Amino acid sequence: MSAPRDPAAAGEPDKDLHAPGKHDPDERGHFGPYGGRFMPEALVDALDELTEAYDKARVDPDFVGEFRRLLRDYAGRPSLLTEAPQFAEHCGGAQVWLKREDLNHTGSHKINNVLGQALLTKRMGKTRVIAETGAGQHGVATATACALLGLECVIYMGEVDTQRQALNVARMRLLGAEVVPVTTGSRTLKDAINEALRDWVTNVDTTHYLLGTAAGPHPFPTMVRNFHKVIGAEAREQILEKAGRLPDVVIACVGGGSNAIGIFHGFIDDPGVRLVGVEPGGHGLDSGKHGATLSQGVPGMLHGAFSYLLQDEDGQTIEAHSISAGLDYPGVGPEHSWLKDTGRAEYITATDDEAMHAFQLLSRTEGIIPALESAHALAGAIKLGKELGEDGLILVNLSGRGDKDMDTAAKYFGYTS
Amino acid sequence: MTGLESVFARAKDEGRAALIGYLPAGYPTLAESKDLLAAMLDGGCDVVEVGVPYSDPVMDGPTVQMASDKALRAGFRLRHVFDVVEGISAAGGHAVVMTYWNPVHRYGVDAFARDLAAAGGHGIITPDLIPDEAEDWLRASDEHGLHRIFLVAPSSSDRRLKLTADASSGFIYATAVMGVTGMRDKVGAGARELVRRTREHTSLPIGVGLGVRNGEQAAEVAGFADAVIVGSAFIKAAEDEGAQGVRRLAGELAAGVRSPRPAGS
Repeated sequence: MSAPRDPAAAGEPDKDLHAPGKHDPDERGHFGPYGGRFMPEALVDALDELTEAYDKARVDPDFVGEFRRLLRDYAGRPSLLTEAPQFAEHCGGAQVWLKREDLNHTGSHKINNVLGQALLTKRMGKTRVIAETGAGQHGVATATACALLGLECVIYMGEVDTQRQALNVARMRLLGAEVVPVTTGSRTLKDAINEALRDWVTNVDTTHYLLGTAAGPHPFPTMVRNFHKVIGAEAREQILEKAGRLPDVVIACVGGGSNAIGIFHGFIDDPGVRLVGVEPGGHGLDSGKHGATLSQGVPGMLHGAFSYLLQDEDGQTIEAHSISAGLDYPGVGPEHSWLKDTGRAEYITATDDEAMHAFQLLSRTEGIIPALESAHALAGAIKLGKELGEDGLILVNLSGRGDKDMDTAAKYFGYTS
Repeated sequence: MTGLESVFARAKDEGRAALIGYLPAGYPTLAESKDLLAAMLDGGCDVVEVGVPYSDPVMDGPTVQMASDKALRAGFRLRHVFDVVEGISAAGGHAVVMTYWNPVHRYGVDAFARDLAAAGGHGIITPDLIPDEAEDWLRASDEHGLHRIFLVAPSSSDRRLKLTADASSGFIYATAVMGVTGMRDKVGAGARELVRRTREHTSLPIGVGLGVRNGEQAAEVAGFADAVIVGSAFIKAAEDEGAQGVRRLAGELAAGVRSPRPAGS
């Protein structure tokens, strides 16, 4: 009789999740023309130090082993793959499977990256962590990892977001983090990143900037992606086991793009699998109030990388709009820009209303309340399911849970009075 | 000898540091920014650094952010920067532009260089462009005869100091402290050390910025640097007293750079 299989090993066709490979950027962090480092010189040595530390860690069995152990024993991986047959009835009858990142500790995929970077922070001998957050998912995850690993934690959050995500602010403070409301610019995620960068350039000796998405200067896009590749690796194995074949389409929401890049990479070498990112269409593309960076933007530099960007003809950043704070961002990770240009991935949009419809629909048909971010991916599934029909098989990355969004939802649906 | 070279040579002959003052174009309005910059030159600045207001100025503290926001709200357009520079050049002044890179990229690096050179500008200070990513700019600056003023920081390794110095021309901008722009009580011993380390790799003049706000600090920095760069304090002066305040501050700083305090005093 063979030994019982280690459940964590089920999520580990990931022997090579961290090792350098053909999908890595060039040594200066370029995915095609995108990425790189458009950063103040003052931070370049810190980025070099981080790159060196990460390059060593990613091939160090001790580091990779500790990361895996935390994912399994602390974050609860592997996350489930759940079929959603009642929801699927609204998707043209195509099969719909949900990768349940909402069931991870802290309620979203963000914990994967945060645990990886927090471990790396310890390795580098830094004692203080700063991070930006939009919806609060990354902030909560960062505060959690810092509590676990004994790191000082400061979270920058746009003032607008501290109001629409008040519960997450309380959560971060409970976990011992300092939350700094940012009152500059649009007072959302973009400005929280600006403020975190200003902190970093001042305190770089002691401080690691734990960036929450697969964007920013090299090595962040690659490092963050690799910490999230476990999503796609698990999902590929699970769907083969449960559905007996690869999906036709893998769908994920795209703000900065970390959950999408993580699940996409499980299937990037399967040419028959379409990779679809869903961007926030806000009030509609014609309204100008949206966050559809890849669909509507022009390449430029923001927050350290060259990538698609919502900008005006003078190169000033245009403020994004989305009902979902986590997607309310005018930039996007550079690898997504490359995947768009090469045609390997395609990017569509879902409006606020379409996302809210999907949000309610999944809640009522399956008893699963998705994050508003993930609801955009679900709205994409409704569109693509109709296109694929009954033979279709769709894998949706359910990147987070929706508890944090109840205030927004209650107002939208009029549940409050 | 280019305009900037002659400025530094003259200052050196006079046994003093050069004074470089920063204000954003279009702040608080386009017309007023021209007056403020003229007052800066009139008060004794050798060179003005014309800032391009930008939506996401991550190297700037609250004072410059406020001024940039004001300029953008007042309708600043990128092309206005050429108008402002042209005015300074026509009056016999020396101007360089300080800009985050995305506006230049969006305008077209070569086109921006061409139009800046045509307006009489001497070069560009690039707070978020490092030589490693500057291929287009290296080419365009050569083509149009503009200086490339890159930044070095106290955190820069010797390898990066050399790389940056080798790519620079005109002068090198040394950031006195780790942090963003803004007035500080002390500019720090780190600045002196950075200038010393940078000199090992270059014969270009080295200007020190970030934090300088008064004549006394200007005198201190003039003791070890070739230029003293002042920004936020000019915005504060403009907020409080308009062109008159700017002229007075320039005068105070100009006196400071003429009485350099030797090291250790």
